[in-house]
Amino acid sequence: MASVATDRFGAFGGRYVPETLVPALEELEAALAGALADPAFVAELDHFLANYVGRPSLLTEAPRFSAQVGVPVWLKREDLNHTGAHKINNAIAQALLAKRMGKRRIIAETGAGQHGVATATACARLDLECVVYMGEEDMRRQQLNVFRMRLMGATVVPVTSGTRTLKDATSEAIRDWVGTCTHSHYIIGSVVGPAPYPRMVRDFQAVIGREARAQMLARAGRLPTTVVACVGGGSNAMGIFHAFVGDPSVELVGVEAAGEGIETGRHSASLSEGVPGVLHGTLSYLLQDEHGQVHPAHSISAGLDYPGVGPEHAFLKDSGRATYVSVTDDAALAGFELLSRLEGIIPALETSHAVAWIAANKGRWTADDAVLLCVSGRGDKDVSQVAELLELRDAR
Amino acid sequence: MPFSDPLADGPVIQASSQRALDLGMTLEGTLALVAEACPTIPVVLFSYLNPLLAAGPDVLARAAAAGVQGVLVTDLPVGMDGPREAWLGSGPLEFVRLVAPTTPVERMAEIVKHGSGFVYLISRLGVTGMQSDVAADLPRTLATLRSVCQLPICVGFGISDAAQAREVGALADGIVVGSALVRAAESGVDAALALVRELRAALDTLPA
Repeated sequence: MASVATDRFGAFGGRYVPETLVPALEELEAALAGALADPAFVAELDHFLANYVGRPSLLTEAPRFSAQVGVPVWLKREDLNHTGAHKINNAIAQALLAKRMGKRRIIAETGAGQHGVATATACARLDLECVVYMGEEDMRRQQLNVFRMRLMGATVVPVTSGTRTLKDATSEAIRDWVGTCTHSHYIIGSVVGPAPYPRMVRDFQAVIGREARAQMLARAGRLPTTVVACVGGGSNAMGIFHAFVGDPSVELVGVEAAGEGIETGRHSASLSEGVPGVLHGTLSYLLQDEHGQVHPAHSISAGLDYPGVGPEHAFLKDSGRATYVSVTDDAALAGFELLSRLEGIIPALETSHAVAWIAANKGRWTADDAVLLCVSGRGDKDVSQVAELLELRDAR
Repeated sequence: MPFSDPLADGPVIQASSQRALDLGMTLEGTLALVAEACPTIPVVLFSYLNPLLAAGPDVLARAAAAGVQGVLVTDLPVGMDGPREAWLGSGPLEFVRLVAPTTPVERMAEIVKHGSGFVYLISRLGVTGMQSDVAADLPRTLATLRSVCQLPICVGFGISDAAQAREVGALADGIVVGSALVRAAESGVDAALALVRELRAALDTLPA
């Protein structure tokens, strides 16, 4: 069993939790190690990924978008997974692990609702009780996903404290777990939280990068020049980055939400603008004031609306291995439209940030380069919100 | 000391923390209050880790100068961050550590070794908040902790009235009351004082 002191990413990570949860996290860590070493568990997970999630996901060329930005762009299609996003990779794996641990009640937090839907899906399939905490504000923004979760038998609990978004939904899920950890498992949706979550979620999402790397070599005959992914908590980004961290020629770019603009203070750019601090059990970059109080995040996209970020991203930033940039709400909205119009692929608003960054950096690459973009999810969940926003924009 | 994201706390303390922050309360403000009150009893600063980190390394000395005797950090369990635990334990404040109902006895011994002042035993699973009765397994947990602990043991989480104070006070060396006091203070300082007197009187009826 890895010791907690070493289960860090450089100075980041750790296990900053109420004492009650310490034995639960130790139990989880031991169960995870046992499961990963058990060929039967690995085979069962692979079976679910192949026959339920629909893996491997496609690698799709994007000829019209590529022509516009002057570099071949390849799309890793996590939007084609069952439930429409990468979140299911982790949710199904953790649900199988919970079952193995004998824990039949599942807790989850959700922002955009994709992780909540993925968890509700896994719980329906595996006959587990499912309770999802979701900010009241996000429930309003993502009504379709609330309906989907309830349809699959999950209980969706509105969170009315604080910012009524992902941050407070996460706090509420942790509070539930502090009271129920003897019989509940908490499925965290991103590479955040106390150890072993950041490493575990990364390992369950790393299938994205493993597939994409092999697909790039087979289809493009080369590794990408640049891998681009959006970063809220950072699970799709860690999932696709992980396989490329050891390829020094491959540039890794994470795109955060600049919200209404970095200068307005209303954004979610934790890595670009935050300072290290402790939230939700982990030490990482954090939006906070000079008194150590967490600063509310803002993004057009509920899935990026989080003031913290996964500790491994903090490590990749400080070590210089990955670069983190940010894109505004307005630019993301334009990215949403752009990929829809040029490729017939409606990306999630989260993914649209990464699309927008590539579009804004035309001239950065030549036709001899190759860009790999992680399409973390599909945008169906966002269409009614986007319709409203476009109306507002066109009225301006 | 209020924190924006008190994940070990129930609704009453969450709301009071938010009210305090909305009204501009800070760590410096908390220390100034202690200095002004100049209490004749020991004061323990109850905080989450992040505001202490933001306050800088000299915050422990500043707290002591203001009249604080101890510090308790809700989200820093024993063995999880050696350097920061060493800092908090380096004085001049007593470093109060927590034991939970889920803590195995070997870990209890480890926790006691790394704490000072007293040990705070969390009486039940879950977050802070008032409960109608005392956890059934408290006497057993307390006895287990007692077998490895020389420090005084204070029990908290869920204690809200005189009957519970007497029941827990008969077993432990002290009791911790949070949410009930905050709830009383919502109706004013006098109500909070009345509750404190009532709890104190209940403890004073116990045999010494």
